[in-house]
Amino acid sequence: MRENPRPQRTSLRRARTITASVVLASLALSACAGDQSALDPAGPFAQAPHDLIIPVAIIAAVVFVLVQGLIIFSVVKFRTRRDDDGSLPVQTHGNTRLEIVWTVVPAVILAVIAVPTVQGIFEQMGEPDGDVLTVEVIGHRWWFEYYYPDYDIYTANEMAIPTDTPVRLEMTAADLARSPDQGVIHSFWVPRLAGKQDVVPGQTTYLNIEASEPDRYLGMCAEYCGLSHANMRIRIEAMEPADFDAWVEGQTTPADVPDDGTLAADGRALYHDLDGRQACATCHQVWEGEADRAPQQGPDLTHLMSREEFAGAIHELDEETLRAWLEDPNSLKPMQYEVNGIGMPDLDLTDEELDALVAYLLTLDPDA
Amino acid sequence: MASSTVETKGFKGRPKGESGLSAWITTTDHKKIGIMYFVTVLVFFFLGGAESGVIRAQLAQAEMDLVTAEIYNQVFTMHGITMVFLVVMPLSAAFFNYLVPLMIGARDVAFPRLNAFSYWVYLFGGIFLYSSFFLGGAPSGGWTGYAPLASDAVSNMAFYAVGLNILGVSSLAAAVNFIVTILNMRAPGMTFMRMPVFVWMSLVTNFLLLFALPPIAVALFMLNADTVVGAQFFEPASGGDPILWQHLFWLFGHPEVYIMILPAMGIVSEILPTGSRKPLFGYAAVVFAGAAIGFIGFGVWAHHMFTSAIGPVARSAFALTTMFIAVPTGIKIFNWVFTMWGGKLRFHTPMLFSIGFVSMFTIGGLSGVTHAIVPHNAQQHDTYYVVAHFHYVLFGGALFGLIAGIYYWFPKVTGKLMDEKLGKVHFWTWLLGFNLTFGPMHMSGLLGQPRRTAVLPGELGGTVELYNLLSTLGVVVLIGSALVFLFNLIRSIKAGQAAGDDPWDARTLEWITPSPTPSHNFDAIPTVTHRDEFWHRKYAEDDAGKVVRVPAGASEDHDTDHEGEHIHMPDPSYWPLVQTLGVFPLGYGLVYLNFWLIGIGVLWMVIGLYGWIIEPLAEGDDDEPEDAHTPTGAAAAAH
Repeated sequence: MRENPRPQRTSLRRARTITASVVLASLALSACAGDQSALDPAGPFAQAPHDLIIPVAIIAAVVFVLVQGLIIFSVVKFRTRRDDDGSLPVQTHGNTRLEIVWTVVPAVILAVIAVPTVQGIFEQMGEPDGDVLTVEVIGHRWWFEYYYPDYDIYTANEMAIPTDTPVRLEMTAADLARSPDQGVIHSFWVPRLAGKQDVVPGQTTYLNIEASEPDRYLGMCAEYCGLSHANMRIRIEAMEPADFDAWVEGQTTPADVPDDGTLAADGRALYHDLDGRQACATCHQVWEGEADRAPQQGPDLTHLMSREEFAGAIHELDEETLRAWLEDPNSLKPMQYEVNGIGMPDLDLTDEELDALVAYLLTLDPDA
Repeated sequence: MASSTVETKGFKGRPKGESGLSAWITTTDHKKIGIMYFVTVLVFFFLGGAESGVIRAQLAQAEMDLVTAEIYNQVFTMHGITMVFLVVMPLSAAFFNYLVPLMIGARDVAFPRLNAFSYWVYLFGGIFLYSSFFLGGAPSGGWTGYAPLASDAVSNMAFYAVGLNILGVSSLAAAVNFIVTILNMRAPGMTFMRMPVFVWMSLVTNFLLLFALPPIAVALFMLNADTVVGAQFFEPASGGDPILWQHLFWLFGHPEVYIMILPAMGIVSEILPTGSRKPLFGYAAVVFAGAAIGFIGFGVWAHHMFTSAIGPVARSAFALTTMFIAVPTGIKIFNWVFTMWGGKLRFHTPMLFSIGFVSMFTIGGLSGVTHAIVPHNAQQHDTYYVVAHFHYVLFGGALFGLIAGIYYWFPKVTGKLMDEKLGKVHFWTWLLGFNLTFGPMHMSGLLGQPRRTAVLPGELGGTVELYNLLSTLGVVVLIGSALVFLFNLIRSIKAGQAAGDDPWDARTLEWITPSPTPSHNFDAIPTVTHRDEFWHRKYAEDDAGKVVRVPAGASEDHDTDHEGEHIHMPDPSYWPLVQTLGVFPLGYGLVYLNFWLIGIGVLWMVIGLYGWIIEPLAEGDDDEPEDAHTPTGAAAAAH
């Protein structure tokens, strides 16, 4: 027993070190998993596929080690030695039994994996049970619009949802004049809540999401949709059901009309009439309590300041950025209004007009 | 057959140039055409590589603006188009051209002028596509050309629709040519099950091309109509269907993956046995697995559409077929590994690249199986995980195999060896740079990075940024490695070590011929009695049953007397080049909808076709001995 203890201990120590570093690395990895990581599911519709892929990844890792191990072993073992006599190795042409094994074994493994895969597909695409919140999603170039049919709420980029409630998204795409004839395909993807589903003009696709914890979940359009595809972000603000009710309350209140004589009131006037230039109101709605809450081709601005980000959720929504946006929208987000009318036009606003418009937009806040 | 009556009917006699530019542009020699394919591919490869450099520079850090989104979108679109249609496919065609006739013991392909036609259409199609950069911007709708974005004029996809159709004509003509060549022109005794695996894979690939190109041609014509005349094939408002494009595209696009990988599989199946000094393990299994991949490859296309607007039944069906196709792929991998098992491996550069192929392709294959897990595919789809996957298949797979082939057959083409030391530097830096570039993409994709974004969003976090920086460093390594390769190529052509006829102790018929191969290929058409015919001419069993080398010149039918043997070679011709020039007016006419240009293009090509048909045969084609045979005089000079 005592003859040669050293190498054994060394190899044991090495094995321990390797194990420790693998564990550490995977810990570091999960710690670094960002808010948009598919490896960090935060709801049942992200958890189920995650639980399915883990065993498959393990099988794949085993096959990987097996094949690469065989390759490395062959390369080392069967290399031509320096003292080789130049004779030929044994000329095998094949081995039927072995070949049957590596045909049948993978086939069986795949057949086993296939069963939960197919089950998972039907579960993923089916309608969820229980109290379901429906949100309509419309993909525009380059922002997502959300409509809550139960509450008649329109908003953009940021979607509020209650926790522990399945949300059924009914999705389509549209562009100018809200008709699908200019729409292109997008894909709605918030990795921590669910896998992605394409959003297709002219038809409706569905996606289930659900968040277990209140948090701000990040997502992005995942189907290339042209110039500003990179700038089409999604935020899901999951909140406790009580907070969600309060949010709904705020959003269903009409926007305040600023008092006469204030700068904001001047801004509201400009919003409706820009002296021959295209007025904001031609593309953006601020709902002040009229009977019909008709959406227009740009994002609904009724409660603009209740959102944290804007312009496809790539910029923080504050006074300074808003002003810069109105002054020169293309510098904050590449768009192509001049080419085919997609995006926000440069309206050639004067400093006074900018002051007034920004003052007005800052009042559009249900909590103010 | 040479008849003066035919000759007087033609516009012009056959070209007679024996060397220089005119010999190249009028050639119908499959080897010269193969070399032209290769050189053209090299140019496009460096263009496509430069585009990947722009992509990686932009994504080196979060929120960079080295190039505008507009330029970035053009660049990534052209990178995809270039690497698929102008590099990997025609590089395979270069190998088909040079090798298939040699490997089956033929003197040329079945339709030599059609072969030249394929090359010129390819070259002009590539030039046509790249001219878009100077004509208002390159296509920017992604190489997959998804409608309706692609039919929006702003995406500039008219060049894509017309350009790809031009390239499709090239591939379709070549497919017919190689299928007929392989079926009809094999040497006596070269039965199907004696054909080298590369020839088998060429046959399967060309059948794939034959059946996969029509759907994309139809789709491209529809897209062309949508872009230039406002047809509404993919516009939902007029009853069109955007998903139709995806089906038509992937009905081509998935077989296309096998079109790109099968030739590389064939190449590796030739090199591994040679480098291991053993026959291929399970030849029949490798061949049938390749054919099976060809068939099943037509039944998996919608796995590119798992997150598209298709229902659960379609998703399930395509999940199953996708898993199924992993089986023949696995068979091939194990057969290659066991080809090495028990051999005496020699690690020359072609062997290194072949082993690299098996190893890297395995990674791409395994990540491919994870895509079939449809519920989780929704997390992977259109992310950098997918980018990693298909680069492991097409770069780690196809390109490694094709580069192995370049090192392996370079001595046959030039008579010189490529430098081994530089070759090894190339291999190891290539392997390192490749894994450094694409390995981290698996992680950045799973951590939430979608593909095709003109900036790397900072909100993805520091880990994703780090992975992207690694990828960019990997491309720096790859660029250096590619330059080593280029240097090695040029230096070896100029001053490479003389190779001799059979530098690798190879197994197949092309190595019977002298290096470089003379224009008539074989002095006498060989009669084939074995699979790996050449090897069997070199080795035999001795009395003890041990395989030993036959003394040189002792084998029976090698180098038989061929004096006075009748050699019929195809004549050079101007017409493939002349006729093909018509694609320019036709192509630009279709992009800008100019009926004058379209008319000129069509008329040009019809006249070209007429000239082609009534072209006379060269003088004295059949009745003179080889030395006096004018069109192959170049070969005589090369002796």
